Amino acid sequence: MQLRATNHMQYQDGMEKISSDIMDKVINGRKEYDYSIYTKKDVLNTLAKEFISVEDFKILLSPAAESFLNDMAHKAKLETMKHFGNSVCMFTPLYIANYCENYCVYCGFNCSNKINRAKLSYDEIEKEMKTISETGLREILILTGEAKKASSVEYIGEAVKIAKKYFSTIGLEIYPLNTDEYAFLQKCGADFVSVYQETYNTDKYEELHLRGPKRIYPYRINAQERAILGGMRGVAFGSLLGLDDFRKDAFAAGLHAYLIQQKYPHAEISFSFPRLRPFINIKEKRPNDVHETQLLQVMLAYRLFMPFAGITISTRERAGFRDNVIGMCATKISAGVSVGVGGHSEKEKGDEQFEISDPRSVKEVFDSITEKGLQPVFTDYVRV
Amino acid sequence: MKFNGKEILLEKDVILSEFLKTMGYDASVIAVEINYEIIPKAEYDKTLIHNSDTMEVVNFVGGG
Amino acid sequence: MNTDKLIIGKKEFNSRFILGSGKFSLEMTKTVIENAEIEMATLALRRANNAGSENILNYIPKGITLLPNTSGARNAQEAVRIARLAREIGCGDFVKVEVIHDSKYLLPDNYETAKATEMLAKENFIVMPYMYPDLNAARDMVNAGAAAIMPLGAPIGSNKGLLTKDFIKILIDEISLPIIVDAGIGRPSQACEAMEMGCSAVMANTAVATAKNVALMARAFKLAIEAGRSAYLAGLGRVLDYKAEASSPLTDFLQD
Repeated sequence: MQLRATNHMQYQDGMEKISSDIMDKVINGRKEYDYSIYTKKDVLNTLAKEFISVEDFKILLSPAAESFLNDMAHKAKLETMKHFGNSVCMFTPLYIANYCENYCVYCGFNCSNKINRAKLSYDEIEKEMKTISETGLREILILTGEAKKASSVEYIGEAVKIAKKYFSTIGLEIYPLNTDEYAFLQKCGADFVSVYQETYNTDKYEELHLRGPKRIYPYRINAQERAILGGMRGVAFGSLLGLDDFRKDAFAAGLHAYLIQQKYPHAEISFSFPRLRPFINIKEKRPNDVHETQLLQVMLAYRLFMPFAGITISTRERAGFRDNVIGMCATKISAGVSVGVGGHSEKEKGDEQFEISDPRSVKEVFDSITEKGLQPVFTDYVRV
Repeated sequence: MKFNGKEILLEKDVILSEFLKTMGYDASVIAVEINYEIIPKAEYDKTLIHNSDTMEVVNFVGGG
Repeated sequence: MNTDKLIIGKKEFNSRFILGSGKFSLEMTKTVIENAEIEMATLALRRANNAGSENILNYIPKGITLLPNTSGARNAQEAVRIARLAREIGCGDFVKVEVIHDSKYLLPDNYETAKATEMLAKENFIVMPYMYPDLNAARDMVNAGAAAIMPLGAPIGSNKGLLTKDFIKILIDEISLPIIVDAGIGRPSQACEAMEMGCSAVMANTAVATAKNVALMARAFKLAIEAGRSAYLAGLGRVLDYKAEASSPLTDFLQD
């Protein structure tokens, strides 16, 4: 039997369609972005500016800017200080399930991979959260695989309600929802939603997302807007750097956030920068490879473009990198991380999505932040 | 009637365009409001004004 | 050929100097418009009490876009009434909304201005609200249907220049409509600075009208506004303020 591929640009039944021109603007913006035209002079002029425009952001993400990383870092550090002072937020993610109905060719959770699937019971969730809260953390990010049947909105809502007992800030990294579902989870106690578009290149997106609701590009890209319409306080953006042309994808995610911020000035914006690591043993340099240099360039460009936005640095990166980017451009760091299902109070139940490079405990990360003269913050915000 | 904030006596009803001519106005550079309703220029010949009306005639002056 | 046009509503302008026509003799209005190559000038509406007196429209060359203002309005309703009357005279759909109910400082009321903007935009006026440069209020104006935003640089008639500079910069950065500094500009150098910052046009009146040689000052403003615009388009060169400690390495930790 031959499967007819689902049109990835077409909404499916049950997927709410909102009226918004943001997707078209982002796709066009990405298409038109030609980073090869910028010169050293453009970079220096941009670095001297007080406000960084969309055009300047393009310049900062270009190869021409790569040789000005140190200058960018100095300017970024000043901006970070201006907007966040010495504070660095600490949080931890908790995977409550890893069932997934999508087939994304690059992902460890994808539905065709024979991994151990699991879902925590409410008691297990409570136990995990209690253990996490005993480390002092007050912010949690609840994650599931993307499977609405296995991990329903009601199930996630219950998890949020449990989290409310132990945490003051609750974020969600789950499959995209309709506005009313976001509103429900907001009422349960969640305030922040992260959805990563992975790649903003529609053709590449189609190639990489073979099956499952995630294949539907427009439903995913409009998730942040629906989350805000549902009453969420903040939304996070990102692309999986290295899947496609990382400069274009970094630009698209930034433009996406910028347009959301213009339309909803009250929304809190944040970014996260997962990357595919280049293969170590390949000698020739490939232009899509995202080494630490390129990752830092992207992070610095975001800081300068949106000085007020939160930037999270993942445990996918090594401790030495993470410790250096906090205070310079990153404002939020995870600690005591387990990326399997559960794993905080007892042995994890399900397999991991990816490997982490910074296994340090909450205490260790806390100490290393303090050592840098920065201030670790557990509660950045109180829900009223 | 009340004309540009001042009381004046209108002995009988008159056509607006004639009233304006008598007062010396160039109809092309003014706007007229009767009882807080703007009268389009095309209506000047058809509009009758009464002693009970409140009327404003305005024109442009220099101003920032 | 000049391809750098100012576009308000759907109309294109070559000149970025909007003249306020108050405080001039009628003859001088004409001289100033010619000397400064003005394409848009404001006018006010008043009761026509001296029927036979000379009309300012006779001194404004044909082809100049007239921008009636709603000066004298103390709330949105009055502004709308004035705008409708102005349009009835037959000089187009442009209107500068100005609502002031503070007779001491003459500061615009942003809330009433937004309301008037909304009502007038619905009646297909091309609305240019004069406002205190507040970002949230400016967003209200955009949502209300404004065609341009006219933030004040300093109290009206004060000639103090760009006292609100930092806030106007924020508007330039955040608002996609033309930003036109109105009120407070006292010298050509200040008009030039506004244009360098990225303002789309400058409106001036008192600074020109109170100069010793009015015609020459009008010319000076025109040139300053053009210079500032060119500088903006050219992209200002670097002024290094962050550089002081940039020699110390911050990126040594990278491992590729």
